Amino acid sequence: MEQLHWVRFRCQQLWAANHTQGWYSPPRPVSDKYSPQRSAGKRRTVLARWGPHQDEYHSISKSYRNNRIRTTKYTLLSFIPKNLFEQLHRVANIYFIFLAVLNFVPVVEAFNPEIALVPIILVLLVTALKDIWEDQRRFRSDREVNRLKCSVYSSKERDYIDCCWKDVHVGDFVRLSCNEIIPADMLLLHSSDPRGLCYIETANLDGETNLKQREVVSKMEEMEFVPEDFHWRIECENPNNNLCRFRGYMENPSGARVGLHNSNLLLRSCIIRNSEAVVGIVVYAGHETKAMMNNSGPRYKRSLLERRLNTDVLWCVLLLIVMCLTAAIGHGIWLKQLKNPIFEVGEETSPALAGFYVFWTMIIVLQVLIPISLYVSIEIVKLGQIYFIHNDVDLYNEHTDSRIQCRALNITEDLGQVQYIFSDKTGTLTENKMVFRRCSVYGVEYPHYDNGRGGAVLYKPVPAQCLGQCNMVCLPHNRAAKEVVPDCELVTKLSWLCAPDLNVAHSCAKASSSLELAFITDFFLTLAICNSVVVSSPAQSLNVLPQAQTPLRSLEEIKLMFQRFNLSALPALPTLPPPLKSSLYISTLDSVVHPVGVMDAPGEEEVPKLMFPEAAASEDAGAVEPEDTVLYEAESPDEAALVYAARAYHMTLKARSADSLQVELPTGGTVQVPLLHVLPFDSNRKRMSVVVRHPLTGQVVVYTKGADSVLMDLTRSPTGNQHTQKHLDSYAREGLRTLCIATKQTLEEEEYEVWLKTQLLAESSIENREELLLCSAQALETNLTLLGATGILDRLQEEVSETIEALQRADVKVWILTGDKQETAINIAFACKLLCPSDQLLTANCEDKVSSHPHVRTLELYNSQQESCAVLVQDFLHRVTCYVAGSVLVIDGHTLDWALQPELQGDFLELSKHCKAVICCRSTPLQKSQVVRLVRDKLKVMTLAVGDGANDVSMIQVADVGVGISGQEGMQAVMSSDFAISRFKHLRKLLLVHGHWCYTRLANMILYFIYKNVMYVNLLFWYQFFCGFSGNVMTNAWVLILFNLIFTSVPPLIYGVLDQDTPVDVLMAHPEFYQRTRTSKDYVSLMFWLNILDAFYQSLVCFFIPYFAYRDSDIGELSFGSPINASALFIILLHQVVESHTLTWIHGLVFLLSAGSYFAFVLLLSVFCVTCSPPTNPLGVETMQMSQPAFYLVCILTTVTALLPSSSLRSMELVRVHRAWKAHTVKQPH
Amino acid sequence: MITAMMASSYNAKEEDGHHSGAAGHGGAGADKSRKPDNTAFKQQRLPAWQPILTAGTVLPAFFVIGLIFIPIGIGLYVTSNNIKEFEIDYTGVDSKSECYACARNFSWNSTTPCTCSMNFTLEQPFESNVFMYYGLSNFYQNHRRYVKSRDDSQLNGDPTALKDPSKECEPYRTSEGLPIAPCGAIANSLFNDTLELHYVDSNGTKVEIPLVKKGIAWWTDKHVKFRNPNGNTNLTVAFQGTSKPVNWGKPVYELDPLDPENNGFINEDFIVWMRTAALPTFRKLYRIIQKKSSTTPTLPSGRYILSITYNYPVLSFDGRKRMILSTISWMGGKNPFLGIAYITVGSICFFLGVVLLIIHHKYDNRNTSADIPN
Repeated sequence: MEQLHWVRFRCQQLWAANHTQGWYSPPRPVSDKYSPQRSAGKRRTVLARWGPHQDEYHSISKSYRNNRIRTTKYTLLSFIPKNLFEQLHRVANIYFIFLAVLNFVPVVEAFNPEIALVPIILVLLVTALKDIWEDQRRFRSDREVNRLKCSVYSSKERDYIDCCWKDVHVGDFVRLSCNEIIPADMLLLHSSDPRGLCYIETANLDGETNLKQREVVSKMEEMEFVPEDFHWRIECENPNNNLCRFRGYMENPSGARVGLHNSNLLLRSCIIRNSEAVVGIVVYAGHETKAMMNNSGPRYKRSLLERRLNTDVLWCVLLLIVMCLTAAIGHGIWLKQLKNPIFEVGEETSPALAGFYVFWTMIIVLQVLIPISLYVSIEIVKLGQIYFIHNDVDLYNEHTDSRIQCRALNITEDLGQVQYIFSDKTGTLTENKMVFRRCSVYGVEYPHYDNGRGGAVLYKPVPAQCLGQCNMVCLPHNRAAKEVVPDCELVTKLSWLCAPDLNVAHSCAKASSSLELAFITDFFLTLAICNSVVVSSPAQSLNVLPQAQTPLRSLEEIKLMFQRFNLSALPALPTLPPPLKSSLYISTLDSVVHPVGVMDAPGEEEVPKLMFPEAAASEDAGAVEPEDTVLYEAESPDEAALVYAARAYHMTLKARSADSLQVELPTGGTVQVPLLHVLPFDSNRKRMSVVVRHPLTGQVVVYTKGADSVLMDLTRSPTGNQHTQKHLDSYAREGLRTLCIATKQTLEEEEYEVWLKTQLLAESSIENREELLLCSAQALETNLTLLGATGILDRLQEEVSETIEALQRADVKVWILTGDKQETAINIAFACKLLCPSDQLLTANCEDKVSSHPHVRTLELYNSQQESCAVLVQDFLHRVTCYVAGSVLVIDGHTLDWALQPELQGDFLELSKHCKAVICCRSTPLQKSQVVRLVRDKLKVMTLAVGDGANDVSMIQVADVGVGISGQEGMQAVMSSDFAISRFKHLRKLLLVHGHWCYTRLANMILYFIYKNVMYVNLLFWYQFFCGFSGNVMTNAWVLILFNLIFTSVPPLIYGVLDQDTPVDVLMAHPEFYQRTRTSKDYVSLMFWLNILDAFYQSLVCFFIPYFAYRDSDIGELSFGSPINASALFIILLHQVVESHTLTWIHGLVFLLSAGSYFAFVLLLSVFCVTCSPPTNPLGVETMQMSQPAFYLVCILTTVTALLPSSSLRSMELVRVHRAWKAHTVKQPH
Repeated sequence: MITAMMASSYNAKEEDGHHSGAAGHGGAGADKSRKPDNTAFKQQRLPAWQPILTAGTVLPAFFVIGLIFIPIGIGLYVTSNNIKEFEIDYTGVDSKSECYACARNFSWNSTTPCTCSMNFTLEQPFESNVFMYYGLSNFYQNHRRYVKSRDDSQLNGDPTALKDPSKECEPYRTSEGLPIAPCGAIANSLFNDTLELHYVDSNGTKVEIPLVKKGIAWWTDKHVKFRNPNGNTNLTVAFQGTSKPVNWGKPVYELDPLDPENNGFINEDFIVWMRTAALPTFRKLYRIIQKKSSTTPTLPSGRYILSITYNYPVLSFDGRKRMILSTISWMGGKNPFLGIAYITVGSICFFLGVVLLIIHHKYDNRNTSADIPN
């Protein structure tokens, strides 16, 4: 299936010759025809189709497209004119047409008109056939899609009736049930879920398989939904392609407005999951849906080689002009010397004019010199190369069952030229399988030693049944993240919370303050609820919120306990919390005792082990899962790791709905936490917050988690932040990912009300919504209390260090661009052997938090004053340039900002050029792309960026070669990449073997192609010296035209696809060979000119040996051409044999077919062509020639003589190369 | 399952301008693994032969080529040397030449043909069949516009083309309102000298040597490509309504009035002329002198007289006319070039083999632990 696709896209690009400029074409809109309606201003109004405002509906909706899609380019009628028109303004075709038209001018006519038309007709025909085939496929799939059924409300039937997708209109009510595909972009108005939720899977849209939650437009869930009575007027944006943004509002006749946002919108081609039935109103249909507007064609990048090829094509043009000029001048002179010759035809023309005519004739005759078909051939070759890359079993990942995806189809050879690799860290070098490793709460560190021991479990293969259960999807990382072994000390402390009677608790609490306990509780509560994970459990359907479990302890006790802690913990609170409504947290009391998780012996002594039987069990049994377990689907693996960590401490997130969360407490009770707001994570704030009403105190509480760099500045801690900071630093040194957890419990009701207003305002605004939301969030996230910090381990992927070592041996510079902390980045760099202890580390850091690494000599830049930073950076860059030799530069985001300033760019590059590696930490996505662009543009090198997350997208797009790693973080990186791999280690073979091969293959193929054309065309050129430069040819015109188009067109392709200049084992074992391709040794101008020279030599031999052999004999024109053509064919084919490094039976077959087709063609022509193709009528020529021994003698002599120099040079070179391989193999047996 | 979905969705995404989102996508390939086949072809592990890789294969190849080529060359050279050839220029450039007068006073319109004769001596007897050629120099029969100026359909006997010749024949397409048959510049410039050969025997009497004028054209040309209109029945009628080419003295149906099999378009002299020569200096077969008996040579050594009816002007463009007598061998006419070339190339191969052997030997000794080639 996929193969078909890439073939198709290859074909599409193949003929698209109008792609000459730019790095890659920006995604083009589907077609102008489908562009959004601009006439209606910036907004669109949607009314219910069968609603009360029928008339208005019709006037408004006239201009909206219905849901029929048509992606075909042509109709039956428009095909010929449109297709012709499209083809006729492509450069290559224009060249062909120019030649064909030129041939119709009688004075310059070289061939019969029909022969000159062959190339262009062939090209047009092939393209048209391909277009028809493609359009037919589109038409079929369009029809299939248009005929899909969905149930749409009809006012006549007063019910939902089945209807084709194409008949859905804007304003229709569509009812969908579970697993149905959404036919158009709709606003969710009703869901069978009591909370008004529904889940959609967007895999069809963006490849992300986790479920996204969508909610019914607020206020709508409260009322009964009756389609007839829907009198709201929907105002929303005009159709656009932003998948993550939807703004608008709904207004009822009384003027009340409800804000609409992205979570209300069901997108076309997503699938409804876990929801019985939903009803929505269509707002965008057909081509105006976001899914359709997001469809951009495949990326087109131009490879370096292709760009260089263009200069050589220009040389060919020059050569052509020179040859034609020579002929023109020669003809003029020749004509001038002639006096009244008997063979002169027609009236006398002046030599100058005749020369001018001959110039154009010669351009027709020698047209093949311009290798227009080379472009087509290159595309085909790349298709073949990609086929082999795609099929490489070494680039296949068993675990995820994924192959490499080649998305950009025409830059294969750039893989062989890479000089700089920019790598993301998380998920690229590392597994992105997060394991909760350590935490620090209240300034106390809990090292979780046992957790480290459990690490071995992580490498156990993921059982298949974990991959998919019911409708719900769980990612493999969840399992790894689940296995958290709690820290004993922390368990002990937590267990006091559950002490059966308060006295015991008090006595225990003496050991640590009750404040600390409150911190610990809040810490884990934050881990459990401050996230966006979707909870699902195999036993229950997602949309039913499970009933709160019976607490084992009486509610009163819990309440009391919390009150006690809160009182002591936060003295600022009112002395007593307001009385709680029972509905807030406990819905029912049930007599059923929950079997798992909590011990049920209230009177026992508090023994931590007993408190956590599960924990004890998991220590022994590792991966034993409790039966009734909940599964979490998180957007990022960190979140999942934290939630699982909280669960390990029995702060279990049991279920979530739009407005509440259900959490099981360590004490055994399940409480419902009313969720007031979620301020989602964004890369500016680098934190996320939830606003909840505390289940027990009833107060509005903000829980925040985020990057330590931002949160440390926003928080204060009763014990001071220094301890935590120390722990954070040590975590970072261990290579852990750090997060800070904070809370804000001092939020007064009035304060909250004020904030709520701004928040609501922000949410409902259409313009500036993002800015307002940001402001609002920042207003809330102040005066936070630091609860603690977490350290999450992210394991290195397998063979990362080997890969990096190999790449460095291949003289490829590896830079790490990461958003992580400096210490973390340095640690990972050590782990993957990018850094070795002997390296000198240059740290450029504008902030004052510089910690030197113990293993390396460090040169540091200290500064806390931002203003003078620029000066210091400059100073730094100048100062250290003298120190660098094999050193590694570490630069952080702040400093990078300065270093990227135009004034300092040069210095920065100069320094980094001398460094072995560069590590940019704390860099933003923008900085990543800036760095890549800087290196790419200023150093003029081939860059490769590899990453897995959305934050790498810009970098991937900027780099010459973008590689996406299909990992845990969705498909955005993959979607924007040129190649998508599943493991970092695949880069090794991709670059060292496939890159090398693709490059040498293509380079050699191009050289061969040009050689072939020059060689053949020169034969015709030499003949001009003997026919008065009149533009005559000694070959039948058909043979001449088809020689390049058919007889010798396949061998170069085979050469470009199959040749292996160095065996795979040598390339893998000796990355040094990569330099050879990287420095473009195979395709430098010297090689180009050597090839041209060889072609000249061969054509001289190929022409003049027959010339001397047949001189002054009764040889006819075509009889003379016959041995020349035949030997040219042999020479061209055998030249490839000489140039090839490997020959397989495929080569043999192709050579046979090529030669066979030529001889079959000329023989048939010479037997059956009685009066055809005047004036070069071939009747009897070949049969006569081939019956004479002289023909064969000439062919053999010509072929051997022509190939003599190239084959002897080649053999000498090959002997040398082989010896080198042998030397390597001896040194390092593999 | 997950990845299958991802992959299929990626496919859906890739559909240019088209987003089906059809249900079919999810299921496809859900069961079978996407692992590439581990076949030799797909993994690029096809057994491959690396040509000319070791000294062990290169050197013998050179030596073998040398060893084969040199004997062939010698054979060819000897064969070529055994061919007897005699050539005589009768253009009449030199004032001493017998044909000087004819050459000077040439005019296409003169009704009285100018004749001249030249004496020559064959030093050696010509044993086998002797081929008599006329040779022209500096005659660009391969000029593009000249080559085009013919109508193969007309020559093939197509009656419509006879009355309405191809435009390619312009300006020799019509004459005085009538279509020219055969039209075009090639036919118009038909070589029209008549050559006769006399042997002067020891008594001084001239013996005319019989010249065979049939069998000089290719079989395919004579029988397939060239046809008279309406078969070979009355050619005068067949060519009625056509005009003779401008330069011709007589119409096409009078080219050989005695032999209907050699008249009209299928006249062999005409056919030979119509097969345009490849190079500006060329010869065309004129007559064959058949060997009469195995005992006497076809052309004994001695004095000969070549009588020329001088019709064909070449002086204006510095052309030359020659008469060539030649025997032929299995490889054609006399041409020492091929033999010499074979010997030369064979020797070069041999030499290269030696050089490579030396280089190989030296390289082997000097550098056994070679570095990576750059």
